[in-house]
Amino acid sequence: MRSATPWSDVVAYLVEATGETLYMVGVSTVIATLLGVPVGVWLQLTAKGGLRPNAAVHRVLSFVTDLGRSMPFIVLLVALTSVTRLIVGGSIGSTAVIVPLAVGAIPFVGRLVQNILSEVHVTVVEAAITTGASTLKIVRSVLIRESMPALINAIGVTVIALIGYSAMAGVIGGGGLGDLAIREGYQRFNDRILWSTVAWLAVLTTVIQLGFTRAARASDRRRHASV
Amino acid sequence: MITVENLTKSFQGVNALNGVTLDVEAGTVLGVVGPSGAGKSTLARCVALLERPDSGAIRVDGTDITSLDGSALRAARRQIGVVPQGDSLLRQRTAAGNIALPLESAGVPGPQRRTRVGELLDLVGLTDKATAYPDQLSGGQRQRIAVARALAANPSVLLADEPTSALDPETTGSVLTVLDRARAELGVTVLVVTHDMGVVRKICDDVAVLEQGRVVEHGKVLDLVNNPVSRTSSALLPAVDLNPINENSYDRVADVVLVGFAAVGALLPEAAHRFGVELNIVGGGLTRLGETPVARFRLGLNGERSDSALEWIGEAGGAVQRSLKGPQGVAA
Ligand SMILES: Nc1ncnc2c1ncn2[C@@H]1O[C@H](COP(=O)(O)OP(=O)(O)OP(=O)(O)O)[C@@H](O)[C@H]1O
Ligand SMILES: [Mg+2]
Repeated sequence: MRSATPWSDVVAYLVEATGETLYMVGVSTVIATLLGVPVGVWLQLTAKGGLRPNAAVHRVLSFVTDLGRSMPFIVLLVALTSVTRLIVGGSIGSTAVIVPLAVGAIPFVGRLVQNILSEVHVTVVEAAITTGASTLKIVRSVLIRESMPALINAIGVTVIALIGYSAMAGVIGGGGLGDLAIREGYQRFNDRILWSTVAWLAVLTTVIQLGFTRAARASDRRRHASV
Repeated sequence: MITVENLTKSFQGVNALNGVTLDVEAGTVLGVVGPSGAGKSTLARCVALLERPDSGAIRVDGTDITSLDGSALRAARRQIGVVPQGDSLLRQRTAAGNIALPLESAGVPGPQRRTRVGELLDLVGLTDKATAYPDQLSGGQRQRIAVARALAANPSVLLADEPTSALDPETTGSVLTVLDRARAELGVTVLVVTHDMGVVRKICDDVAVLEQGRVVEHGKVLDLVNNPVSRTSSALLPAVDLNPINENSYDRVADVVLVGFAAVGALLPEAAHRFGVELNIVGGGLTRLGETPVARFRLGLNGERSDSALEWIGEAGGAVQRSLKGPQGVAA
């Protein structure tokens, strides 16, 4: 029976793995947001009753989006190896994980965004149309701005989901908290590392979730409602 | 100013508009009324350029706006301020920010925008609410902000679909006052869709009655009330209750419509005096159409020269609608 890993080492492990997770999840969230929001906007614009309804474009876009969302991440992780190598110059390590994470999250974000934008009331959108606003102006000042609180929450949901997906990063040597829990904790019967990581993940996700909820509320002018 | 010519529009086989022809003179207020499903909103949405008619034309200052596209369409939309039915304000923007939206669309620079927004807040009497968000405003205040927004880019036409439908009578008054000021102070031409005859009574110069996608009556409110068979007159004028007991004691009973201060104030006493008859008001009442007092009275007359008195009232400008008792055809 070997002695338990000293707490100082556990902390060192956690710090390193947290850095890797935040790096992978952070960068892929930014990419997924930058690309997923336009996908969501495009889905909503071309939808029935949207600003630029186009059934054919909408159907194709929906199909690709739903296909992307239904793909298990682990499959994406290995299937995208050659694409990843092309983009980041290698197919292992934290940076390499960013590609499949981002690719997997784009349709996820796209669908969330479309659902949110479709909630903006048609009278509000039509009122903006009657002011002579361009489509771009309506997207920015009406659809996106009116939905900001919900969009911020959606990004929060995406971050949490990506933290989950990134647990599989170990498969291609990406590291991170999930990998730490599985490889150092579970596979080596190191309960201290396993449970510390689990506890830390719970704290981390809660804090992140809370942060996004706060930010969403801060951006919401409706909260000012009196009486 | 606005001319609607033979407008038709159908939705999956439902003919919402069946050849609507209308015109609104510059600087006047037209009320479009009619039963539910008559096509009022469809007409309003066509004029607001939110719906394309199947055929016909909508001319603003002579130009047909129904077939525009792209930037010409957006420019035409700026000419037509719209107060949509229901809540239409951006909830994430202040009152001032909402009013600024059309100015942003028109590319008006920041400082000018702020000045203009200030003017409009003043016009609708909500200067102190500039930084309030829609959720902090009452329904009537929100609607006045929506009117201010519609007027921001100096449109020549203001279009409002049921601007008072969700409001209580007092708040309705404040919104109507704002619409009336828009016409009086900015000279805009106003088209207001409503099911509330009170709106017509208070602010409309003209009225168009729509039924099953057709205009069945169209004209000046003050002319139409004088026409006993018009729907407008029966809807706008005070009701005359049947009161047979009262009426039995008179030689002649007739309904008369009087328009204007002079007529309402002096015509009846003078008729009684001239012809030496007893003339009593046995029913009906007084109302106001805009600034003009209008009365519909049921008169009871006793005396030999009762018919002459009624005839004289008709010649002096009163509309004698029907002689309920005594020889018919006395009506002017
Ligand atoms: N987008 C649409 N799709 C299908 N039918 C429609 C549509 N818009 C209007 N209609 C139909 O056209 C007719 C006229 O509708 P419209 O909304 O113009 O009536 P309205 O006079 O405004 O009635 P209300 O007083 O109830 O508002 C109705 O029969 C309605 O069902
Ligand atoms: Mg309607």
